[in-house]
Amino acid sequence: MTRFFANANYDFIGFRKYAYGVTAAVLIPGLLWLAAVGLNYSIEFTGGTLIRIRSEQALDAGRLRSALDAQGIHGAEIQSYGSEREYTIRARVAKAGTDANDTEATASAVTTALDAALGAGSYSVEKTEAVGPKVGGELRTKAFLAVFLSFFAVLAYLAYRFEWRFGLAAVVATAHDILATIAFIAVMRLEVSLVVVGAILSMVGYSLNDTIIIFDRVRENLHKYKRDDFASILNRSINETLPRSVLTHATTLVSLLALAVLAGEVIRPFALVMFFGVFTGTFSSIYIASPVLMWIEHKWPGADARGVKGTAPRAATKAQPVG
Amino acid sequence: MFSTIRSRIITILVLTALCVFSLIPRDATIRTRGADGAMRDTTITRVPLKYGLDLQGGMHLGLELDQSNRLSADVDRDIGLALTVLRKRVDEFGVQEPLIQRVGSERIVVELAGVRDPQRAMDIVQKAAFLEFRITDRTGALEKAIPAMDRALRTLGVGAAAGEGKPSAVQQLLGGDSAAAASDTSVVTDGILASLIQLGAAAGTGGMPGEYMVPETAFPRVDSILRIPEVARLMPRGVELRWASTPLSVGVQSYRFLYALEDKPIITGNRLVDASAQIDPLTNGSIVVFDLDRAGARQFGNATQQHVGDYMAILLDDRVQGRPPVIQSRIDRRGQITLGNKTIQEAQDLALTLKAGALPVPLKIVERVQIGASLGADSIRQGVTAGLVGTALVILIMIGYYRLSGVLAVGALAFYLLFAVGGLAMIDATLTLPGLAGLVLSVGIAVDANVLIFERIREELVHGKTVRLAVDEGFRHAMNAIVDSNVSTVLTALFLFQFGTGPVKGFAVTLIMGIVASMITAVFVTRTFFMIWLQRRPDLTTLSI
Repeated sequence: MTRFFANANYDFIGFRKYAYGVTAAVLIPGLLWLAAVGLNYSIEFTGGTLIRIRSEQALDAGRLRSALDAQGIHGAEIQSYGSEREYTIRARVAKAGTDANDTEATASAVTTALDAALGAGSYSVEKTEAVGPKVGGELRTKAFLAVFLSFFAVLAYLAYRFEWRFGLAAVVATAHDILATIAFIAVMRLEVSLVVVGAILSMVGYSLNDTIIIFDRVRENLHKYKRDDFASILNRSINETLPRSVLTHATTLVSLLALAVLAGEVIRPFALVMFFGVFTGTFSSIYIASPVLMWIEHKWPGADARGVKGTAPRAATKAQPVG
Repeated sequence: MFSTIRSRIITILVLTALCVFSLIPRDATIRTRGADGAMRDTTITRVPLKYGLDLQGGMHLGLELDQSNRLSADVDRDIGLALTVLRKRVDEFGVQEPLIQRVGSERIVVELAGVRDPQRAMDIVQKAAFLEFRITDRTGALEKAIPAMDRALRTLGVGAAAGEGKPSAVQQLLGGDSAAAASDTSVVTDGILASLIQLGAAAGTGGMPGEYMVPETAFPRVDSILRIPEVARLMPRGVELRWASTPLSVGVQSYRFLYALEDKPIITGNRLVDASAQIDPLTNGSIVVFDLDRAGARQFGNATQQHVGDYMAILLDDRVQGRPPVIQSRIDRRGQITLGNKTIQEAQDLALTLKAGALPVPLKIVERVQIGASLGADSIRQGVTAGLVGTALVILIMIGYYRLSGVLAVGALAFYLLFAVGGLAMIDATLTLPGLAGLVLSVGIAVDANVLIFERIREELVHGKTVRLAVDEGFRHAMNAIVDSNVSTVLTALFLFQFGTGPVKGFAVTLIMGIVASMITAVFVTRTFFMIWLQRRPDLTTLSI
């Protein structure tokens, strides 16, 4: 049988100092970029009007812009996608809460402008989105809450199934993944839409999966190898689950690749975010979750993890049965 | 219970039969409205999987109470009432499986699939359709009030002599240019309203008491002047002003008629039981004929009897429809609304909204997403292609790496897809584009359970266990990891479900269904495959894994 990494014995934990360097090298510039440039929210979140058209003849953005300017719609973002016959026109709302932001009126003004410039019937409106600023604001709050609350739900579940130390380590790793992914979205200038928030949450689920698989093995090995120190148990567990990780990531990545290439514009950002999520999730399970678990064990040694007293250097040599 | 291969196979067969059954194309009845306006039931045969708006095209509307003109006393109650009215209206409108639901405390979401005329659909859901009948004022209340109103305007700094002095805030609000507006009237007086509002009879239209006309060009100005509180309060008690719904041509000039009406309606639309659109054979214009209920008919009859010889204005959403007709005799149960030159379709829509009842407060659209049918068709094609390619690649990897066991996993994958899609049909889920992506993604993730089990079996084999023992141990040990990881994914998907709107909800649902299906197939179906394999080859000492 073909076995990748069959008897792997890499010193992942020993390598962690370098991994922290990698984390810092990715996160710090990414977050700085995020702070400086910010995120590119979609109409759903900002409120505003989006109109997607498909024209019979080739168009250019300049022609569309002058058509809109003639109707008094200034500062709209005009973007072609796919071909020169397909364009997206976005007019975001100016300031939340003002009545001037009548998105329905903007939508009809845009079609009036296009009718005048291109001739009615020479193009078709594929999609119209008109979102009031209040709705957009609410959705931002809800999206934030969903990510935040799912966090605690997972922490609670892991605390119940494993133990609070494992839950905390998994949540720290997840927090890392979310930050890294948001930085990735900012750097790639991806538009943050509902679908992308969906991708972030799925990525959280996927990355947790990975962490849990390793932790499950840690839990098992803690019972099996009572005399080993914690670092070597972590190493052993990561190495043992390595073949599974490689295979599962491979199948997930090919599915995502198919989505990114073939499934069209709406799904592409989703696939890209998940694609990145697979890598950051794998990385964080090995280099964030595991070292953090070790650190927590060191800081708050407890008996409940493996039925023996914790792994603080002095205590580790002397395993005590739990009374 | 599942210890014997036979009982396992039966279970799998039952599950398969259930899923296949839930996916068999079946007849569905759809109400649609034909070109002539009549409702028709059409029966089509299709796979009972609902497509979301993003896949079949359609309109998503977020509606809230529009309280700019009339404040709602009880938002909760009004939203509830509006919901009932909208359900009736949309039902009459004839849309396939419409979704009308309340979201949060003050919003209603309406989703209409395959709507071809968006503007019309928007009008139908938004229109308050508040119908009332009022008698026009016979006391000449507006003529008497106009001089006082003009005096009030002068104190505010608005008037015919507005050129003098500094323009006031009110003047700016009204556009300032009041001197020019006075030029298009024949009656020259010293007040702006006096110069703009003339008696309906003045232009030889055969006017009636309480009817006034304003040049169409001055309509917005006069309307905003009349809304100024200092002006509005000068109208005598018991009389209200209402505009006509459309301008009317008198000679070469277009006028907007203004009516002074009694503030108490003689009857309102909530007494109406039926309404239908017709063409008036005399004028060839469209009319809406309506019937009142018994109590309404009595009330209407008494009122019209008292007011024989008076004029009765028909108001729809506070606008007077057509010119008020004179009441010639007692009218009981049946009446008609003349719509003039409007199309028969508009008349049908009016009849429809009247019949469904009035909205307590008009609704405003706070969110609209509309997707064309061709975009949806493209999305389905792309999603399915991606799904096929993705699945093919996953199959290649699994068979290439795990050989014969991989073939078993692929067999389980086929069951997985059947269970997932069948399960979606069973719970009547809506398939959306992100949902389709979720399904593709879940194929990649679904094999994870198999991978976990296979890797575990390999480890046990390496440790020198016999084939049979290794398989048993492999399944047993992998269970914990599979359950824990799947539960955590379901948890995040649940949060996604409660927060998301249509498409994203679809994603969460497919993800959850995918996980449930993958648990069943990996743990149960694959296990059964292995049991069959080992039973047929009891002498097996090596496993193709």
